[in-house]
Amino acid sequence: MTDAQPPFIAIEQLTFQYPEGDFYLHIPELGIDAGTKAAVIGASGSGKTTLINLLAGIVPAVSGQIRVHGAPLDQLGDAERRRFRIANIGFVFQDFALLDYLTILDNILHPYRINRALNLTPQVREHAVHLADIMGIADKLKRHVHHLSQGEKQRAAICRALVTRPPLLLADEPTGNLDPANKSHILQHLFQYVDEAGATLVAVTHDHGLLSGFDRIVDFQAFDCPQRA
Amino acid sequence: MHSLYVAWQYLRFHKVKAAVLIAALTLITFLPLAVHILVRASEVQMLDRSQATPLILGQKGSALDLVMNTLYFASKPPETITMGEADRIDETGFAFAIPIYNRYTARGFPIVGTTLDYMSFRRLQVASGRMLAVLGECVLGAAVADQLGLGQGDALISTPENPFDLAGVYPLKMQVVGVLKARHTPDDRAIFVDVRTAWVIEGLGHGHEDVATTRDPQVVLREEDGKLVATAKIVQYTEITQENMNSFHFHGDTGQFPLTSVIAVPHDDKSATLLRGRYLPETSAFQLIQPLGVVQALLQNIFKIQRVLNIIFAVVSVAMLLTIILIIALSLRLRQSEIETMYKLGCSRLKMAELVAAELGVIVMVSLVLTSGLTALALHWQTALMQQFLS
Repeated sequence: MTDAQPPFIAIEQLTFQYPEGDFYLHIPELGIDAGTKAAVIGASGSGKTTLINLLAGIVPAVSGQIRVHGAPLDQLGDAERRRFRIANIGFVFQDFALLDYLTILDNILHPYRINRALNLTPQVREHAVHLADIMGIADKLKRHVHHLSQGEKQRAAICRALVTRPPLLLADEPTGNLDPANKSHILQHLFQYVDEAGATLVAVTHDHGLLSGFDRIVDFQAFDCPQRA
Repeated sequence: MHSLYVAWQYLRFHKVKAAVLIAALTLITFLPLAVHILVRASEVQMLDRSQATPLILGQKGSALDLVMNTLYFASKPPETITMGEADRIDETGFAFAIPIYNRYTARGFPIVGTTLDYMSFRRLQVASGRMLAVLGECVLGAAVADQLGLGQGDALISTPENPFDLAGVYPLKMQVVGVLKARHTPDDRAIFVDVRTAWVIEGLGHGHEDVATTRDPQVVLREEDGKLVATAKIVQYTEITQENMNSFHFHGDTGQFPLTSVIAVPHDDKSATLLRGRYLPETSAFQLIQPLGVVQALLQNIFKIQRVLNIIFAVVSVAMLLTIILIIALSLRLRQSEIETMYKLGCSRLKMAELVAAELGVIVMVSLVLTSGLTALALHWQTALMQQFLS
């Protein structure tokens, strides 16, 4: 008899509420194994983005347990959660969240410039260029954000998320601002990274047409949503 | 280093915003410094010049105008006295007199009619050419020569007081015979001529063709008591040359010719006191003043103005700093999404503060460098700036 491997993400009786407002989230139980490509779906305002923020340790749970890659986020302070985030999380945002005053290369390397825990070495630069090459934006590295198309911006944002080689990739509607051709292209890149690096992907999406590529669907209909708070 | 790099990239991208902030900070720091430098420069220059000039005789009226006209060749010409007053000072035996007639200009620079004693008194030496020798010659101060691009052998024409006054003073073409060494005093910005040349410009002396030998019968109006009376057709010279110099002459008693002031150089303190006794305000039609006292009174007023300016600068600086703080606060609010992104990427609040501080640090550093550069320029040009200010 062998011990069952604990899930990469393990949530039990998790509750969250913002100090102001009537938003309330309750997740009785959720487990996601390492290497899974999970899509989170649900109505607007149901708490999908809040789940992403909880998994990244950006906001603390009010009660319950949340464990990611072995780290008990519900027991960690703000600074420890931040360190956890630097070491484990790659973020992809719907609005790309690239900095307009930096070149694409500087945007990709930005996590290394704002975190003392990360060391910007020549190898990291090479990796950044390699990622840009894979994403097809190697010729745009010296350009600023406003010179890029929407699809290129999201590919640059994905490079930034992957440059630290995170075991958990969190994507908040990564294809929300893209045309259909770019949507599947971006998802292919994310899936490719997850498969090659053995990482885990949790992606919020409204687009049910993209769900076929995911291993797991987490439907927020199953949890307490604000309307029922 | 990363924070400085990111800050620099931000400021490079937002050039206009950064330039406005840098300009505002530079002005806040430089303006009070500039005023301080100019006031100190003017204090040093004015005190030096006034301390080196023991007494000035002039017509009663504004002592300040008299001092400014005599020492700095600035201000409008005071009421004139006569050359006879300079002679009278010499005759007392208490002092020797240096006549000053500073009324006319040439291409914006004052023409100072005086004697060679002035050059000795101010220890002025020629850098090129020679000193004044004959009528119609001029010696240029170093700044005049530099700015007008003139030197020995060139000519300079005096500016008429009123170009529309046909009966007025005609311009005189003067020969430049020398350029003085720079002394960083108002003498650098003056054109020196013999006092008689200044009288020629005034029209008190003139030269014309010889009526007795002229071949034009229309030049002679009539003969009275053996003297020929010329008509208006007679040719008057506007340039004094070797050929026509002998024809130049003055009508009337030169003792009655005008001066704007006389510098009196007493032989000793006792002579100075005795001389001043001759020109007591109650009994004399003239004023004999010690320029140092007048300049010190003027400086007191300048210091008062500087204090007022400092208060104004302080208020403006506080207002400007508050505005800058407001701009930065608003800018940070506008950058809220950027800050949130960085937080999500793992940036600590301390690191974010460091990034903002680096941006401000670069702005402050650049403005300090600019202020230092401007201050160095102000220090370098303080004499010229002060002279411009005085004139």
